[in-house]
Amino acid sequence: MEFGLNESQGILQESAREFFAGECPISEVRRMSATDTAFDPNLWGKLAKQGYTGITFAEEFGGVGLGIVELILLMEEAGRALLPGPFFSTVALAGSLLSFIASTEQKRRYLAPICRGEARATAAVVEASGSWDPAETQMTVVDGKVKGEKLFVSDAGVADWIIVLARTGVYLVDARAGGVRIAPMNGMDVTRKLYSVRFDSAAAEKLGDTFGIPNALDVATAALCAEMVGGMQRTLELTVEYAKTRKQFGKPIGMFQAVQHHCADMYLETESARSAVYYAAWALEQNAPDAASAVSIAKLYTSEASRTVGNRGIQVHGGMGFTWENDLHLYYRRAKASETAFGDATFHRERLARLVIDVEAASARKS
Amino acid sequence: MDLNLNAEELAFRDELRVWLEANVPKDWSQWREKPLDESFPYLRAWQRRLYEGGWAAVSWPKEYGGRSATLMQQAIFWGEMARVEAPPMANALGLGLIGPTIIAHGSDAQKKRFIPKILSAEEIWCQGFSEPNAGSDLAALQTEARLDGGHYVVNGQKVWTSYGWVGDWCELVVRTDPTVPKHKGLTVLLVDMKSPGVEVRPLRQMTGESEFNELFFRDVRVPMENVLGKVNDGWNVAMSTLMHERGAYGARLILTFKRNINRLIELARLVPRNGRPAAQDPVLRQKLAQCFAEVEIMRLNQLRAFSRITVTGAPGPEGSIQKLFWSELNQRLQQLAQELLGPYGQLLAGDTYAVDNGIWSYGYLRSRGNTIEAGTSEVQRNIIGHFVLGLPRSY
Repeated sequence: MEFGLNESQGILQESAREFFAGECPISEVRRMSATDTAFDPNLWGKLAKQGYTGITFAEEFGGVGLGIVELILLMEEAGRALLPGPFFSTVALAGSLLSFIASTEQKRRYLAPICRGEARATAAVVEASGSWDPAETQMTVVDGKVKGEKLFVSDAGVADWIIVLARTGVYLVDARAGGVRIAPMNGMDVTRKLYSVRFDSAAAEKLGDTFGIPNALDVATAALCAEMVGGMQRTLELTVEYAKTRKQFGKPIGMFQAVQHHCADMYLETESARSAVYYAAWALEQNAPDAASAVSIAKLYTSEASRTVGNRGIQVHGGMGFTWENDLHLYYRRAKASETAFGDATFHRERLARLVIDVEAASARKS
Repeated sequence: MDLNLNAEELAFRDELRVWLEANVPKDWSQWREKPLDESFPYLRAWQRRLYEGGWAAVSWPKEYGGRSATLMQQAIFWGEMARVEAPPMANALGLGLIGPTIIAHGSDAQKKRFIPKILSAEEIWCQGFSEPNAGSDLAALQTEARLDGGHYVVNGQKVWTSYGWVGDWCELVVRTDPTVPKHKGLTVLLVDMKSPGVEVRPLRQMTGESEFNELFFRDVRVPMENVLGKVNDGWNVAMSTLMHERGAYGARLILTFKRNINRLIELARLVPRNGRPAAQDPVLRQKLAQCFAEVEIMRLNQLRAFSRITVTGAPGPEGSIQKLFWSELNQRLQQLAQELLGPYGQLLAGDTYAVDNGIWSYGYLRSRGNTIEAGTSEVQRNIIGHFVLGLPRSY
């Protein structure tokens, strides 16, 4: 039993960190975020060249064929760099739905261009209710035509395909097809743009039934949690650095216990979230019986911890932390958007309660 | 990353399971709630049995009667002990903290003299660290030891000594040189508690029981060969004990925490709230789920820390995260138990209406000590700030 990274995982983590430091410094993050889509085709091409856009997809579809733990490590580094654009939407979200639900022929058709960096995709989950529970989906597809509206669809503005969750199954819609109207929603996170997508009898290709949705969304949720942990890690690093250099009363403020204790709590929360997310990734990869509860544990903890780490980071930075010029708010904004995406802490506590408190699960817990 | 047991770990677990199946006492539940002084001979006999089976201190090196178990095997050991609800071992401090310190710093003669009797529970150990004026600032301790011929003569007072009332030997930190900076004049002595001049008084704590003692030393003579490590190097010796206390020792608590949250979930199915089981109350469900998640994260943090220690070799300051995490979590867990049980939560052991014979009222009061003992939460945060994050020292 070994709960650390093996050699190749360590190499992946290090090379991803180097890649993002070189190709996606915070100045680039700001530049991309100031555009309508936060998308840079040049950077996207480099992500594909690294094999990142195909990291978990099988080699027969042009992917690298690595596991969910590797995906989580990559997402953590992407989160640390605050990578803007449709990487999460394409690879972790749409990619997981395609992997779990689509036929082999469809995977060949859709995953291969994603791996090559030629296509981008996203998934439309939430409707007017604002719920991330796929069981609350109202949308239906009749005679291959989809009607209705989806909200909070990430990166739809640069997606070639939109995977649509409906009551009748999971479908793929060409984002440029007739009857698809994509409009920006003005969200807090400047790095990942949100859209409303209205379908007026748009043509929808069925990928499969709804059976595979929870598993695919669990992988996407774990990946999002990993991205959040990366953001927490960077917020902690920036804050500790600031506490060591900023002087008041003739001393570095990091010498005062009131400041030190904020930093200590940030460290505890970041490490605890990381433990929960790594375990969730491993449990998903192993198809462990507690994989779903592990994902909910990761999301409920990370949702709140990423917010409190951001709160503490801004507090320690004082007035600087409240400026637009300082980078902290960019992380803070994404943390808030990610907190609610795929269910906030309240949502996942209820889901966990169903898994471990309601009777059936009692026997599974004993193992 | 591979959380499956490897072949060696599986073999270790299976051998242990077979042994436990044949040896774990079946009547522990009748003893569990009794005061420790009544159940102590029972716990001693149980440890003796583990010792004879070679299971008393799996983490210790083979040459000292252990199994040289890896940290993961230790985690497996405590997991299996919990699974069969085995009683704890009598010589908890000797096995968990003081034995490893003697193995690390002791002379060959000391190891030969003390180690076997720690394992067999023939000699129970206690720890003389804190003093009335030296708690968080442990290095400020004042108990003094003056050299007189071949002996140290010890005078002073210690507090918060667990197992003092039953201790045969004490790991005692004393000041041997008052003329140098406070960390540099300390020495650790191994003191026979039957020595003339040692007085043990019960210290009644807010739970009403006397888990701890006060120790008084008046001209107690300790032979020089009972210095552990080097004279005036006592701070380093004492620190290695504290690292064990804050690090690997915490692994044993996970079992209790798992049992407690599972029991709260069971109780929530039975306890009515607003005309339905509390387990269906939306607010309590949220709190139970949060607590369940945090207990699981405590386990995962421990496993990750173990993997890291396996690489670095020794428990380090990251043990402070574990200490901070479990102590504050237990306070939340105990508060949740109170919310769940309503007015019944306050009932003490022995009351006809008490739930689980009063363990929740006791646990609620006892948990206040968690964020104080073995280094307060404030001290743990200082350690993380300075030693882990590299912030300048605040004191």
